[in-house]
Amino acid sequence: MKSPEFSYLKAQNMGDVFSALKTHGDSAQLLAGGQSLLAMLNLRMANPSILIDISGLDSLKGIQQSGNVIRIGALTTHHEIDSSNIVKAHIPLLAQAVPYVAHLAIRNKGTIGGSLALGDPAAEYPAVALALNATLIIQSATGERRVKASEFFISLYRTAVQAEEILIGVEFPIAKPNQRFVFSELARRKGDYAMVGMALALSLEGQTIQDVALAFMAMDDKPILAPRAMKALTGQTINPQTISQAQAALDEDLQPAGDLSANAATKKYLSRVLLSRALIQAGATHV
Amino acid sequence: MSENCMHAQFTVNGETVDAQVPVRMHLVDYLREEMGLTGSHLGCEHGVCGACQVMVDGQVVRGCLTLAIQADGKNVQTIEGLTESRELQQLQAAFLEHNAFQCGFCSSGMLLTALEITKHHKQATRDEIRELISGNYCRCTGYQAIVNAIESVLVKSSSESGVKV
Repeated sequence: MKSPEFSYLKAQNMGDVFSALKTHGDSAQLLAGGQSLLAMLNLRMANPSILIDISGLDSLKGIQQSGNVIRIGALTTHHEIDSSNIVKAHIPLLAQAVPYVAHLAIRNKGTIGGSLALGDPAAEYPAVALALNATLIIQSATGERRVKASEFFISLYRTAVQAEEILIGVEFPIAKPNQRFVFSELARRKGDYAMVGMALALSLEGQTIQDVALAFMAMDDKPILAPRAMKALTGQTINPQTISQAQAALDEDLQPAGDLSANAATKKYLSRVLLSRALIQAGATHV
Repeated sequence: MSENCMHAQFTVNGETVDAQVPVRMHLVDYLREEMGLTGSHLGCEHGVCGACQVMVDGQVVRGCLTLAIQADGKNVQTIEGLTESRELQQLQAAFLEHNAFQCGFCSSGMLLTALEITKHHKQATRDEIRELISGNYCRCTGYQAIVNAIESVLVKSSSESGVKV
């Protein structure tokens, strides 16, 4: 299908963005990489009065270390993240997740800010942000505010970003040597939206699991943590008994609705499989 | 109702376009309908099939997920231009040799992905080639012939660069 009619503004600076957002309010839509938005327009699932094209705002691009965090600008593309040595060295969970994001041509254009601000519950970055408790940086005409990933994702396609605000970047904590990370996902076709996906971050003291964060995608109307499974893992060593206890706890954590890709029982079964594989991998990984 | 248009200037296969562009029109509709460049195909129009791919500033992108107006200031190359410039010659010959064209609907998009593989993933294994072309649907070949064709070009270029060293 073809997109409905809209107006178009190529923003030259942040001032353009804020004044257009003020004028058009909720009926305006920011255009970053457009890899979800243009599909939604062509499918007529979105009907904005104006697209504010922010893709030329170079200040929102790039990956930098700043103290003990890595800051990634909202307009940084999946391809740039995939090619980044900083990401490989300091945000291994994100580096593992990027190859699962869509396909080559889409990775050349789609952006991390676009994906996070869309808040698709089946997308990779929201789950990674949640597992690492990343900080989302939101700007408005009056200033900047910072929101933790745990507060950022509200429901299907709803985030903490308000009508006159824009997500400008995201900060991930730098990985510590005793941390282990596993990202894993199952989809019908490599690069498509996940039937189920999982982001695991844990720290080991010797063989004992200390802190653990376990986030799932495509299991609810937003990315979610699995608190019971996380509790079942804390203070344990990785062995077959721990794995089955964590799987049993996970069953209590996840109440997915079925979707076109898999029914609820399949999703729950696959989540247990992913968790088991991830724990075995985390236990076997040495820096 | 008259279509909402804006001015854009860009190049397509080296030729300058300076025109009023309907803002809601995606790039492939512009290439096909306004310029007669029908080599880029439209399958799904929502980014799934890959038949619409073109190069923008040297990177392969989905033409259906790019607005024509977003090409303003950029350099667009299509299957026509890349054929003319012979950049695709080796891949096209390999596709022909391995019977990787068949109906041809996916071929222009597939060849552009293949070009990016030969440029940036020179060491790709068969499995990696399959992953890299996973965003391009083909309903004829079962992909085997396409993987064979791309692999043959990678092998050939690595053995040629080996000889030069």
